[in-house]
Amino acid sequence: MSEILSVHNIETYYDLIYAVRGVSFSLTEGEITTILGTNGAGKSTILKTIMGLIDDQPEKGVIQFEGKKINHKDTEKIVKMGISYVPEGRQVFEELTVMENLQMGAYLRRDRGGINKDIQRIYDYFPILKEREKQWAGTLSGGEQQMLAISRALMSKPKLLFLDEPSLGLSPLLVKEIFEIIKLINQEGVTILLVEQNANMALGIAKKGLILESGRFVLNGSSKELLKNKDVQEFYLGIKTEVATKGYQRWKRKKSWR
Amino acid sequence: MTDFLLVLASGITAGSSYALMGLAMVIIYKTSGVVNFAQGEMGLISAYITFMMLDYYGFGYLATFFWAFVFALFLGALMEFAILRRAKDPSVLGLMIITIGLEMILLGLVSWKFGADPKDMPFPISPFESIELVENIYISVLEVLTIGVATAVMLILFLFFRFSKLGVAMKAVQQNPMAAKLMGISTNRVLMITWSISSFVGALAALLIAPANMGPFMMWDPLLKGFAAAVMGGMTSLGGAVVGAYIVGIIENFFGTFISIEFKSVVAFSIIVIMLCVKPSGLFGRHYVKKV
Repeated sequence: MSEILSVHNIETYYDLIYAVRGVSFSLTEGEITTILGTNGAGKSTILKTIMGLIDDQPEKGVIQFEGKKINHKDTEKIVKMGISYVPEGRQVFEELTVMENLQMGAYLRRDRGGINKDIQRIYDYFPILKEREKQWAGTLSGGEQQMLAISRALMSKPKLLFLDEPSLGLSPLLVKEIFEIIKLINQEGVTILLVEQNANMALGIAKKGLILESGRFVLNGSSKELLKNKDVQEFYLGIKTEVATKGYQRWKRKKSWR
Repeated sequence: MTDFLLVLASGITAGSSYALMGLAMVIIYKTSGVVNFAQGEMGLISAYITFMMLDYYGFGYLATFFWAFVFALFLGALMEFAILRRAKDPSVLGLMIITIGLEMILLGLVSWKFGADPKDMPFPISPFESIELVENIYISVLEVLTIGVATAVMLILFLFFRFSKLGVAMKAVQQNPMAAKLMGISTNRVLMITWSISSFVGALAALLIAPANMGPFMMWDPLLKGFAAAVMGGMTSLGGAVVGAYIVGIIENFFGTFISIEFKSVVAFSIIVIMLCVKPSGLFGRHYVKKV
């Protein structure tokens, strides 16, 4: 399998704040990769940098999509090349109907028949969206908006899909449903980069994982390896390994990468 | 009774030119959230260019109007491309202040080039020709034309924003510019087109006002009244702006005739203030309130 996206040593600043401190990774075509990290680690910033949403960034480094350099390109052009991004916090067009939102997702496409077919396919994934078809997107519940945001991103027929915390603010049951759909989308051939705080769920469906802390990757490996890693278990999965006989923890584990 | 109908008729005709100005403002507000105070003066320049072509160079009407509209489209695009897009870290307030500055500059340019004295605009339809609607109620042909144009523009714009892909994209850009970019919409280009269309509508208004009253300050009144109308309609509703414009026109004329002619212009201001206090979302605005 070939590399679809490769990121080489990128650094991103928000004015004076050094947010991403030299990050490199690559995504293999057809796989789900996940980036895990706590709040403020720089997960979303990496995605925004790749999408060209932060003006004049990355400061350093090279981003290549299918072998072509894409740093400092306009977001519209990057989308056109085949990357789609579901931003954190959904960001649907609140005063457009569900249908119009989906049509906007297909803004760059010209094949009307294909668009209608894809809309039908999305209604198969998420039947609730069909019911809400004529409603303003802003009147949907959080979960429905997340479904809409994912659907809208799929309407451009991306080769690579970025998902920024799709589980944010959703009930565990809904999270499960969304993750099932993500798996389904991946099986249809879309490469996925999933950024998450919910490490358990993310590693459950991803093939590879990367762990980000304060703007640097500290660990990477296959999901299986990561799930077995003691540090990951303690700090990301919340599994306590050492319980003393008296019922309290006698010592606090230190991260081995510090 | 004749009095009443006469005042009503003049209210409606005044309303039509306000409606065009209101529509022009709503278009820009709908996509960028900016109230364009330079709207009137952009129309003014287009009207003066038309005047120049007709009066100084003797072009035919058809050619003149064609080039005037091309100029208006170009002017709108230029304003957006050369000035508003250059604003660094733009906020809505900052952009609005830029439009106020532009208004002054354009007004100055026109006064400097053409002088402050009133001009006679040649026009295919004389402003003095009129038809009798009912007995003793006359309405000028120009006014009929204005009403017709306003209605047509409103209808076309409504269909455009409702059904065309570009129209929906314009609304999307206003609601969430970042998400719009992520859909592959070129937000800059959309804004430029918006300004073009708006400038075109403003030029239509100016051209329809010019034959009756042409001078550097001819657009101040319609701009203010158009703004009042747009506020009344909730700033985002095309239909609201038109209905608002007719209400402003009618109230104003009744006020002028039966209460006080001196304070006629105050009516529009009062409407803005009252609307913003009582129902800022406008008569028809159904703005979605963000969930926190």
